[in-house]
Amino acid sequence: MSQPEYRVMEGVISLPYRWALGPVNTRFFEEFREKRIFGTRCPKCSRVLVPARKFCPQCFVDTSEWVQVKDEGTVRTWAFISYAYVAQPKDPPYITAVIDLDGADVGLSHYIGGVDFSDLEKIRARVKIGMRVRAVWKEKREGKITDIEYFAPVE
Amino acid sequence: MGRLVAIIGTGQTRCGRRDDVSYPELIYEAVKAALRDAGIEPGDIEAVVSGSMPPPMEGVNAPHLYWADALCAHHRPSLRVATCGSTGMSVAQAGYYHVTSGLFDIVLALGVEKMYEGEPQGTMTTVADPFFQRPFLAGAPGIFSMQCNAYIHRYHIPEDRIRQAAALISVRNHSDAFDNPYAHIKIKITVEDVLKSRIIAYPTRILDVCPASDGACAVIYASEEKVRQLGRKAAWIRGVGYAGDEHWFGDSDKVEWQAAIVAAKEAYRMAGIQDPLKELDVAEVYNPFTFQELLYYECFGFCGKGRAVELVEKKIVERGGKLPCSPSGGVLCTNPIGATGLQRVAEAALQVTEKAGAHQIPGARNALAHAMGGMDQLNGLMIIGKNP
Repeated sequence: MSQPEYRVMEGVISLPYRWALGPVNTRFFEEFREKRIFGTRCPKCSRVLVPARKFCPQCFVDTSEWVQVKDEGTVRTWAFISYAYVAQPKDPPYITAVIDLDGADVGLSHYIGGVDFSDLEKIRARVKIGMRVRAVWKEKREGKITDIEYFAPVE
Repeated sequence: MGRLVAIIGTGQTRCGRRDDVSYPELIYEAVKAALRDAGIEPGDIEAVVSGSMPPPMEGVNAPHLYWADALCAHHRPSLRVATCGSTGMSVAQAGYYHVTSGLFDIVLALGVEKMYEGEPQGTMTTVADPFFQRPFLAGAPGIFSMQCNAYIHRYHIPEDRIRQAAALISVRNHSDAFDNPYAHIKIKITVEDVLKSRIIAYPTRILDVCPASDGACAVIYASEEKVRQLGRKAAWIRGVGYAGDEHWFGDSDKVEWQAAIVAAKEAYRMAGIQDPLKELDVAEVYNPFTFQELLYYECFGFCGKGRAVELVEKKIVERGGKLPCSPSGGVLCTNPIGATGLQRVAEAALQVTEKAGAHQIPGARNALAHAMGGMDQLNGLMIIGKNP
C-alpha cells in the first residue's frame, strides 16, 4: 500500500553574527598573524594551555604568564574526511587532527596537509599517530586560526 | 537522598522519514502512547521536561513553545533541556530530579528530532566555538573517527581485528533492529557488506554509522506513592550519573575517557553495582558509531583496557550472551538525536518490565541506559531495575 504524500514547505534562515574575542583571544591572534603561537600557563597546575586562555578550566584560576610554543609538534590523532555535507567548513577530502605542539600541555585542533589525498592507502602509509608535523603558514594572514593552512609532515 | 522514582509509561514513535506528520504531531504520537501505557490522563501530568538538538536542526527556536500543545504543557511548569547527543538522557535525568526532589508526583519527559527537516551535520558543526575548533570539524563522524584512531593506537590493537569486531557490531545491531517495531533502518547485512561499504571518515565506513531519523520518545515518571496507587508495572530508577569534559577537544584524553568513566562510576555507586558485567542483564549503550561502542565497554567497566574486541569475539554482548548490548538495534539503526538518549531509557524500562516484545532479554532485572553529547564532551547513564 503506497503512503499518501503530504506537502513540505521550504525555507532558509540566514543570520549574521559578531562574536567578541575578548583580550586574550585578541592578543593570541595578533601574535598568530606574526606566525607566533602563544599559550598561557596556569599558576596552579603549571599546564601551558594552547590556544591561550584567560583561565584554566580545571583549576578555575586566571592564567598568569604568556608562553610561546613551537609551530611544530606531534600528531595525537587524525581522521581522513571523505564525505560532504551542507555548510561544511571545508570541502572534502581533508584530514582533521589534534596536534600536541612542542611546549604545550593540551592538543590543538587543525588540519594535516601536504599529503596526497588521492589514495587512502598512500594516506595510511604516510599519516601516523606520533608523526612529527610543522605549521604551513599562509602568505596572507588575517588573525584567524586558519592563518595556518595546515600542518605538514616533517621530512 | 531523594524519593524513589519509577517509570510507569513509555511511548515511542515509528522512526524514519516522517514527512507524514508535523513537528508537534510527531510529539503528540509519542505522548499519547506514553499516557496510554501509564494508564493516566493528560491532566495527571504535573510538570514537563523536553529537549532536542540545537534548534537550527529544525529551524524553530525555543521549540518547546511550539510543542506546548503536544506536551500537555498548559498551566504547568515546562522546561527545555538540551545537551546535544545526550539531550534525551539529560531530559530523562531532569524528569527524574523533578520527582525525586519531592516537588512533583507525575512528570512527563519528552525527546524529539526531525532530522529530515534540516541539515544535521551542518547544525552540529556550529556546536563548536567559532574561533578555534569550528573550522576543523567534519560533523559527528570526524570527531568519532579521531577518537577511534587514538583508541586503536593506544592499545596497539591490530587494525584487522578491531575492524572485524566493529563490523560484527554493525551486523548485530542491524539484525536486532528487525525485532524493534520503532527502528528506522531495517536491512540485512553481512560482515563483508560492512567492510566493503564506503569510507566516510577513515576508519569509519557508512555501515559503521547511525542514520539521521525523525522520531520522538516520551517517558512518564511517578513517585513511589503514585506507583502503588496506580498499581502499574514500574521500572525503578536505581542510579544516575552524568559528567562532562572541557569544551576543548584537545584538552582531555578521549581514550581513558573521564566523562564516560566518572558518569558510569557515579551511576553504579548509587545503584550499588560493583561488577557491571555480572550484575547488569542488558545495556542500551549509545552507539552511533560501531567503534565507539567498543570504547564504552571499557569506560563502563565491562572489560579491561584495550580488551573490548574480546567481548564481541566471545559473543558476550549479543542476545544470549552474558550482557546483551543494544538489543533494540541501538542508535546505529535509529537516531532522532533529541529522542535517542530517552529511547535508551525507554528501552531499558521496557526490558525490566518485560514489555520489550520480540527483543526482550528473558528475565532482565537490571538495565543500563546511556547517551553521549557534544564533541565527545558529555556522558550520562541511568541504571534501571525491576526492583527499587
